[in-house]
Amino acid sequence: MNGSGTGGRLVRPFALVGGRTQPSRADFTLITLVTTVDPQPAPVTGLQPEHLMILRRCRVPTAAAEIAAHLDLPFSVVTIMLCDLLDDGRITTARPPVQASGSPDRALLQKVRDGIARL
Amino acid sequence: MPGSDTAPGAARAPEAVKILIAGGFGVGKTTMVGSVSEITPMHTEEYLTEAGVEVDDLSGVEDKGTTTVALDFGRITLTPDLVLYLFGTPGQQRFWFMWNDLALGALGGVVLVDTRRLETSFAAIDFFERRGIPFVVGANGFDGEHLYASESIRDALALPHGTPVVPCDARERASCRDVLLALMDHLIAVAAAQPTPEPAG
Repeated sequence: MNGSGTGGRLVRPFALVGGRTQPSRADFTLITLVTTVDPQPAPVTGLQPEHLMILRRCRVPTAAAEIAAHLDLPFSVVTIMLCDLLDDGRITTARPPVQASGSPDRALLQKVRDGIARL
Repeated sequence: MPGSDTAPGAARAPEAVKILIAGGFGVGKTTMVGSVSEITPMHTEEYLTEAGVEVDDLSGVEDKGTTTVALDFGRITLTPDLVLYLFGTPGQQRFWFMWNDLALGALGGVVLVDTRRLETSFAAIDFFERRGIPFVVGANGFDGEHLYASESIRDALALPHGTPVVPCDARERASCRDVLLALMDHLIAVAAAQPTPEPAG
């Protein structure tokens, strides 16, 4: 059962989310910023360690891709965990200002350009 | 500029935008991300199903139902309320074309090319063109050399009219910054010229 010796986690990633593979919401893109609600709406007992890690890390707004990187889990798995936390009112999300390819706001483009010029 | 008008503990959530760094294998994408990122580039992965994808070489891939696409990314805090993420696509580039979320909402892209093997970046150019995502080409000069003029590269890649080609060195922060500035200038010009997305090919 544990003899393959690959040294990875003992639980297959999707087992962490009860075998579900589809997020309940499409709220999470790679750069959706996640912030932990403070105070929490309910005691955090019963949450999995990964959920608790997310809540700790997102005390400052953190992009979903960063959460996935820190948890070392595939992005879609982390998305499902984030959906759980969002459903429970434990996190809030800020969707990116640019939703689809097309014509982003020129003021935003200029702001990005000005920021890069200061590098 | 750095005046903090938000009270401590009530920090307003910043906005996040992203730029894609694409190109052929080994052309310097992750190097470029690392050169301008304020953090050591982070790494994440995603499972993609292979439905609808022509896969001709999966030898060694145990689970043929899915494939894993890796991403390296960095972060640049441009202002206290605006964060730029740079996503590079190391290796296995043909798979990340399937990852819609990667392209969705991107401001634009940088296609890094190695002028000694331009053909390895054709797929990345095709990807951006098909999706109407404006991009610039960064001609990464390995060993500090730029063997070909930008015009020659533009011709060889059959780039759309007006697509900038910028010689660069992916290891140099200032050089990478200049590529990103060229991209932003291009994006602003595109936005001014045509407020609606380009028609799909």
